[in-house]
Amino acid sequence: MTTIRRGRYLRPLQPLPGAAKLAFGFLFFALFVAAWGAATFGGFVSPLFLASPLRMVQEGWSLLTEYNFSYDIAVTIWRVVGGFVLAAIIAVPLGIAMGAWKVVEALLEPFVSFARYLPASAFIPLLILWAGIGETQKLLVIFIGSVFQIILMVAFTVGQTRRDLVEAAYTLGASDLGIVKRVLIPASAPQIAETLRLVLGWAWTYVIVAELIGSSSGIGHMIVDSQAMLNTGQIIFGIIVIGIIGLVSDFLFKAANRRLFPWSLA
Amino acid sequence: MSAVEIKNVGRVFPARRGGEPTVALTPVSLDIAQNEFVTILGPSGCGKSTLLRIVGGLDDPSTGEVLVNGIRVVGPGSDRGMVFQSYTLFPWLTVAENIAFGLREKGMPKSARDGVVQDYVRKVGLNGFEHHWPRQLSGGMQQRVAIARALANDPAILLMDEPFGALDNQTRGLMQELLLDIWQSERKTVLFVTHDIEEAIFLASRCLAMSARPGRIKADVPIALPYPRDYHLKADPTFVDLKMRMTEEIRGEATLVA
Ligand SMILES: Nc1ncnc2c1ncn2[C@@H]1O[C@H](COP(=O)(O)OP(=O)(O)O)[C@@H](O)[C@H]1O
Ligand SMILES: [Mg+2]
Repeated sequence: MTTIRRGRYLRPLQPLPGAAKLAFGFLFFALFVAAWGAATFGGFVSPLFLASPLRMVQEGWSLLTEYNFSYDIAVTIWRVVGGFVLAAIIAVPLGIAMGAWKVVEALLEPFVSFARYLPASAFIPLLILWAGIGETQKLLVIFIGSVFQIILMVAFTVGQTRRDLVEAAYTLGASDLGIVKRVLIPASAPQIAETLRLVLGWAWTYVIVAELIGSSSGIGHMIVDSQAMLNTGQIIFGIIVIGIIGLVSDFLFKAANRRLFPWSLA
Repeated sequence: MSAVEIKNVGRVFPARRGGEPTVALTPVSLDIAQNEFVTILGPSGCGKSTLLRIVGGLDDPSTGEVLVNGIRVVGPGSDRGMVFQSYTLFPWLTVAENIAFGLREKGMPKSARDGVVQDYVRKVGLNGFEHHWPRQLSGGMQQRVAIARALANDPAILLMDEPFGALDNQTRGLMQELLLDIWQSERKTVLFVTHDIEEAIFLASRCLAMSARPGRIKADVPIALPYPRDYHLKADPTFVDLKMRMTEEIRGEATLVA
């Protein structure tokens, strides 16, 4: 046994035991904070440019207790989820139609591929002109940033459905619409959910950018305010909050997918 | 009336850029009677799958036509069940739901479906596995479900494309016996493609040998061995003679493609 164990971590593709995996995950966070602490407490970086971890925690605490930062967090989450859900409602059916029917693909694919490369943040000035600096504008930025990506990725997934499953369904008497509803969609569902998880992550980038410009609430707004006061502790706290929300939403998404698609697990 | 009439069916795949067109099948004519178990034997690449897919309506012939119970085939339909070599169970459906798939497409209510499903689960010996996912089954079990799924739809004709090709020898033998049992009780017309000589003879009431590509039928041999058959038959002198004969037929062809 010992010969097998030796050098286990060096063997390619060899899975780690759960506990070790967790430990390594934490280790890197710890190293990161340690390096940050060394740079700041050691006096290598001016506190003006980079707050120490301790300072960051203190600032964060005051943000939450004195400045009602939890409201900003809630507003930002609401914007991301709102814009993202709107995009998903439009994009998933369109993507499925594009993947299933080559006419729809021929019609939409060139345009969507073009639109995908338009950076959502470049639309912000235009959207402010159209929709002001209210919530509609924030939602639209996220919508524009997500919708084309989802359409294309869903279309690709549906288009990749195993042909032999489609043929088997036809020989069992399925109609064309039956193929779409009872083969293409269920076969693609786990990958579609995975696409949504990925795009939700990107939507976080757009919301912060939208909030950096013309906004009176949200995590991005707080970050801009803190910059004006040279409060790097608050900025870093804001960024870390975003990271934590991202981790949590990713975890929830993964758990939901496992529950929804037990058949697709290896 | 013949169950299947194949009239001058040929298939040429158009040339890819810069290449030659592929003649997969030179025009073949063939009549299959009701309740016959016909096996089509040939080296790989000779057009067996192409012919079967045309009968199944999954591919169109370049020439000729196929009639099933007198009606021209224009596309796939539930009158022709098909079992493929690759595992084609729907991975998101349980065993029971897979077997019920065709019935559901027909609009049969769930209560009626359940009875049929139970019946076929039993016939293919998968009691207790109704609620398993396909990925939890062995290859042999998956093919048994695929057979049950095709039969539950009550097709007139069962088309099978090397369904046991990926199974190990022991499982393959068991599946052959199972299939014969079912064929005898259900009285379906079966068109079964294989490149395994022993399998082709063991199952068939009639065995066709195909030439190497471009495929044509070069031998049409009735297999007059009595049913029910079990594995002992494979040692029977008549069986061994037939095997020698089919081997001769196929050998020359196989050397052409080897
Ligand atoms: N879709 C296709 N396009 C081009 N050539 C094909 C296609 N399908 C099959 N062929 C060619 O036709 C020939 C017969 O194929 P197939 O019917 O699958 O043979 P078999 O099932 O006997 O092994 C092969 O040479 C194969 O490469
Ligand atoms: Mg084949």
